[in-house]
Parts: sequence; C-alpha cells; structure tokens
Amino acid sequence: MATDLAHRGPHAGRGIDWPPDQLQSGIDTDGSPASSLAGPLARGLGWFSLGLGLAELLAPRSVAKMIGVPPTTGTLAVTQLMGVRELVHGLGILSSDRPAPWVWTRVAGDALDLGLLSRNLDRAGANRTRVAGAMLAVAGTTLGDLYDSTQLPRTAPAAMNVPMRVATSITINRSADDLYRYWRDLENLPDVMTHLKSVEDLGAGISRWTVRAPLGSSGTWDAEIVEDAPGVVVAWESLPGSDIPNSGEVRFKPAPGDRGTELHVLLHYEAPAGPIGAAVLKLFGDDPVQQVKDDIRRFKQVMETGQVVRSDGAAHGMDARSQPKQRPARPHSN
Amino acid sequence: MKANCWQGRNHVEVENVPDPRIMNARDAVVKITSTAICGSDLHLYDGFMPTMQHGDILGHEFMGEVVDIGPGVDNLKIGDRVVVPFPIACGNCNACERELFSLCENSNPNAGIAEKLLGHPTAGIFGYSHMTGGFAGGQAEYARVPFADVGPIKIENDLPDESVLFLSDIFPTGWMGAEMCDIQQGDVVAVWGAGPVGQFAIASAFLMGAERVIAIDRFDYRLRMARERNGAETLNYEHVDIPEALKELTGGRGPDSCIDCVGMEAHCAHTVPHLYDRAKQAARLETDRGHALREAIMSCRNGGTVSIVGVYGGTMDKFPVGSLMNRSIQIRTGQCHVQRYLKPLLQRIEDGDIDPSFVISHYMSLDDAPLGYETFKHKQDDCMKVVLKP
Ligand SMILES: NC(=O)c1ccc[n+]([C@@H]2O[C@H](COP(=O)([O-])OP(=O)(O)OC[C@H]3O[C@@H](n4cnc5c(N)ncnc54)[C@H](O)[C@@H]3O)[C@@H](O)[C@H]2O)c1
Ligand SMILES: [Zn+2]
Ligand SMILES: [Zn+2]
Repeated sequence: MATDLAHRGPHAGRGIDWPPDQLQSGIDTDGSPASSLAGPLARGLGWFSLGLGLAELLAPRSVAKMIGVPPTTGTLAVTQLMGVRELVHGLGILSSDRPAPWVWTRVAGDALDLGLLSRNLDRAGANRTRVAGAMLAVAGTTLGDLYDSTQLPRTAPAAMNVPMRVATSITINRSADDLYRYWRDLENLPDVMTHLKSVEDLGAGISRWTVRAPLGSSGTWDAEIVEDAPGVVVAWESLPGSDIPNSGEVRFKPAPGDRGTELHVLLHYEAPAGPIGAAVLKLFGDDPVQQVKDDIRRFKQVMETGQVVRSDGAAHGMDARSQPKQRPARPHSN
Repeated sequence: MKANCWQGRNHVEVENVPDPRIMNARDAVVKITSTAICGSDLHLYDGFMPTMQHGDILGHEFMGEVVDIGPGVDNLKIGDRVVVPFPIACGNCNACERELFSLCENSNPNAGIAEKLLGHPTAGIFGYSHMTGGFAGGQAEYARVPFADVGPIKIENDLPDESVLFLSDIFPTGWMGAEMCDIQQGDVVAVWGAGPVGQFAIASAFLMGAERVIAIDRFDYRLRMARERNGAETLNYEHVDIPEALKELTGGRGPDSCIDCVGMEAHCAHTVPHLYDRAKQAARLETDRGHALREAIMSCRNGGTVSIVGVYGGTMDKFPVGSLMNRSIQIRTGQCHVQRYLKPLLQRIEDGDIDPSFVISHYMSLDDAPLGYETFKHKQDDCMKVVLKP
C-alpha cells in the first residue's frame, strides 16, 4: 500500500469513482454531461427498441440519414415500419414478466434489418460507411452488446441557439512544451483545423479568427486568450458581441510512463439563429465530435511525423466531412 | 498505368488509371516488378470487408524499383530495389516505437471510420479498403509508398524477386503466428489452414524448435506441401474429426499451441453448421465464420496458446469463451507487424534457412489478374500462390 501511494502521479485516478460530469468526451448541450444522455437509453434492449422505434417512426428521414440510406419514399416507409416493429418489441420486453419470447422477436427482427441494410450497401447513393456502421450496430445489438454507440439517436445535430460543448482527447508522443508551443502560435491552427481559414495574431492576446463557411462565404470573430500557462493550458474566448460566440481550451497533461502528452480539448459554441448560425452548424457538420477528433489527429500527425498523411481515397487527410464522398483508392489526375 | 481494380463482389478489372505521384514529403513511388494475390485479398474479392469502393486498386504484397522520392526520404535513392511491407507505419508514434507497426497511430487518414467499426483505429494498409486508409494498392505498374523512410527494405543481394517478395506479408505473418506461440522444447503445434500463410507458420514453428507440427486443411495438394516441403503431419478435416484426432495424436493433451491461418471465411465439413454460419454471414448477422477458430480453441491443451493470424472483420457467433476462460487459454493475435521482421527474416533467406519461393504455383501477367483471383479463390489447378508480373 505504501509504495502505491508513493507512486501516485500528478494525474493518478486511483481510488476515484469517476462521476459522469468529469467524463465529458463527446458532444452535448451545455450543462449536462454527454455520457448521462446515453445511460437511460442503454439500460436495456426494451428501452433501446422504444427509442429507436420512436425515432424511426417519427423521424424516419434523420434515421435514414444516420444509417446512410438515401431518403426516398420507399426507404422512409420501410424505416417507419421497422419503427413500428421496434415499438412492439420494446413494449413487449418492458411490459412482460416473461420477456424472453419478446427478446427473440427482436433477434428475428434484427435479421430483417440486417438483410435490408445489406441490400443498401449496393444501392447507389447509399453512404457505405454509415450503412456498414449501422449493420455492425445492429449485429452488435443482436448479441445484446448494447454499448454506448454513436448510432443511438442522441447525435441529432445541435439545435439553433443552444450552447453546445464538444470534448475529446488524444495522446501525442511529444513533450507538453512542444505541443504547447505549436498551439500557442494560433496562426498554426488552420493547418490542422480544416474549418479555419486563418487566424491572425493582432497582438496583446487578441486574435482574429476566420472560418470557412458554405458557398464561399466566411465568418470572422475576434478572440482573446483568457488562460495561458506554458506547457499546461491555452484557453480563448470570443470577444463580446461576436457573431459566433465560442470559446475553447486545450490542456496538456503528461501521459504516464513514457507515453508522451495527453491533449484534452474542450470547445463551447453557440449557433445563433439566422444564416450565420446555419453556417456554423454546417461547419461542424452533423458529427462535431468526429470533426474535432479528426482535427486533433491531424495535429498529432503534424507533431509526430511532420506531415498530414494523405491517401488517394482521402486526398485531404483526416476529414470526417469528406469521408462519405471519398474517392476510390487509385491515383486521380487532379 | 495499368492497375487491378475492385469492381464489386467477385469482380476485378485491370484498368488504365493515372500514374501515382508523391503526395507527402516522406513518400516514394515504386515501379513494381512483382506483386502477389493474398488470402486477405479474397476477403475483399468475396465482399466480406466493409468500406470498399468501386475502382479501388487492390494488392498489398509487392516489390520493385524506386523511381521517385519525396524530399523527406533520405535513406533511399532512385534505382534502389525494395520490398514494401503491407502495413503503412510512421515510425514516430507510440505504437511504432513499440514495434506495433500495424497499429501505427498516424498512417490511417480514415481513422474515424476504423474507430467506429473497431473501437480504436488501426494503421493504413495498401489496397485494403477505406477503413484502412483508402490507399491505392500494389497490383499495378506503380505504387505510391508513404513513409518510405520507414517501411521498405532495400535488397542489396542478387536474390530473385520470388525469394524476397513474401517479406512483404506472408512470410513474416506465418513467422509471427508461430512466434506468438512462444514455442518451448517438446511443443506440438497445430496449424489450421495449409495455404501460403499456414505453410510459413509451419516452417517457422519448426525453425523455432517445435517438436511436431500438425497441419489441417481439406485440399490434398496443400496438405502434401505441408508434409513434403515442410515436414508437418497432416489431417484432412473432411475425413477425420479434428479435435478427436488431435487428442489421439497428443496422448489426450491437445496441441500446446494452435495457429489459425484460415480467417473469416472458414469452411466446415458438416453441412448444417457450415450453412448456419454462411446464412448468418450472408444476412450480416455475423461478419465472421468461426469454424476453424472455434475448433482451435476447443482443441488446444489446457493452459495452451491460440494464435490468430487469419483475418477477422467484425463479430462472430457461438464463440467458445467458456472453454477459453475455464481452461486458461491464452489468445495472441494481430495484423502482422511486418517492419519488425524484415531484417531478421531477410537474413534467414540470405543464410539459406528458407527460400520462400516454394509457395509459388502460378506466374501470370498483371493483365490476367481476374483469372488469377478466380484460380486462387476456387483452388483450381492446385493453386497455392499467384505472382503477377506487371
Ligand atoms: N494477420 C496478418 O497479418 C495476415 C497477413 C496475411 C494473410 N492473413 C490471413 O491469413 C489467412 C490465410 O491466408 P492465405 O493466403 O493462406 O489464404 P488461403 O485462402 O490460400 O488459405 C486458407 C486455407 O484455409 C483452409 N480452410 C478453410 N476452412 C478451414 C477449416 N475449417 N479448417 C482448416 N482449414 C480450413 C482453406 O482450405 C485454405 O487452404 C487469411 O485469412 C488471410 O487474410 C493474415
Ligand atoms: Zn496479404
Ligand atoms: Zn506510427
């Protein structure tokens, strides 16, 4: 025991029962932790069926989009039917004191879903990654393996005017000081964060951020560094009156052993009503966490290998938004 | 240039595509002199690997001559003869520093897809779907090789292509399959699958000091090679009950180690379980047919090791976890960390311990790749390994 205590590092979690509000990876509306949304849904097959069923029934279009199926009248109708079936299963499982037969109807139903989904793999316009992802999710469900999946209907895009929070982290094989130095020079950021067009250092801790927006337009705001501790943290906040109120922080923590440095990113943003707000939502895409994860993976590539790695399929490197329309893995003339 | 492209299930076509170019400073472009078709390519050909796109160039076992290099590559020069390992690895990340090259944290630009499907992302691989990066493969006249300062090994002897080509994948893979068994004196090793990977696992197990190796397959010509070339004992699973036979051959103990060199498209001699797995796989209820792996686990001796190098993609049914747990069986597995083995295995080839060319049964021109796939898939004409010449 004594040696255990002696070895306690600066970030040791020994003896802590991590409360959900300290585990903030993911996206969430501000105020409630991301993981607490998934909890109730993941509590059982019955609840899962109810949630999915309702979503399929009431919002077939977003479900179809989520699983990567083109939303034609046909697929929407099938999605709604799948929804009715899910509701029957869900209510059956939850309201019966002998849930086993109802669970079996679910398994049979999964077979049906998988059959339908696999047909979609070959359908023109289907998003293969998402369909494959959805298939694996359903296959996973069949095994009763209801892990907190991104396929659950909690990834609905941020609503207007709702403050959003995105949090994620990565471990990078460089010292905290190296990472801090790159990040503190905010003008470097557009190299790794694809939605940024430029960041201009105006001096005195103030910088001007310009983001790419759809249709060639762009949004600009000024931000101020509000916390700056070399090798520990950089935090910034848009100045009052900005069109796109947002703030962010990057913390650098030594990883245990010789594993380099953990980078923890936390972004807050608010999308106001109107065209700029819509542009902001577009910017972060329908999967903002993936977007930010890609950004920090790109940052890791630059810090560890000196380059953003490209392939013929992913010519711009890590980029969630371009993944659905990836080109074939062969050289292209342009 | 000409390249062999995936055009859907059971359909590849040799097409004209633009030549590859340098896209990153640490790239090289290689003019391919020899390239092979692998059992892993069959999983793509058969349509069991998600995230393939029409037009993807296949192939991850290739070698050739460096014809262009980026400014970040200082250990190669134009004209060098190189063998290229199938996993793409940066050499800088935590995984690479620990020699876990197929888990490189930087080489997969589609890490996001892989993470969704697997929980955590894996390295980039040539010609092996978009979840491993969307990299064009090497069944072509030229290939772009990222991180060329880390992966390719220079061949400075005058050994022919066929003796060194398989350093790119199957020789190190079979070797790693045996190495993961941590073979001790007196060990009996059983190998499921007597394809090229299985043959190298058998040969490697003997080089590591195994007392006996028992190979399992159903194709006589493959079992013959296991016996006559590599000194294994063989069992045909269509004729004998494998777990029973293995007990009998080992005094009831079971093999000390079992190596799965079959993977996700395992076949089963008995119609009912085979149809069960086929049906579930076709309905995408499981992505992997588990017959060989289940049998390997059930057959392994108490406290033994099951080493999996056959490739699996997703989920499997009826996995005998109880047998595994209660009998203290250890599982070791992975896509091969090829870069780790290039030098020592090239040395073995140079020393004459092994000449990997023994697995080659067919040479074809790159133009005949579609025929090569069909012949290899259906094990026609005693096909063991097809080498394509661009
Ligand atoms: N881990 C890696 O890095 C790596 C690298 C290369 C290949 N692989 C994998 O290794 C596996 C074998 O590759 P290969 O090129 O030798 O392929 P292959 O198709 O030539 O060989 C597979 C062999 O398995 C036999 N087989 C099928 N079902 C069996 C069963 N139930 N019991 C025993 N044998 C059975 C087949 O008859 C065939 O001979 C594939 O899954 C391939 O993807 C893995
Ligand atoms: Zn291979
Ligand atoms: Zn790496």
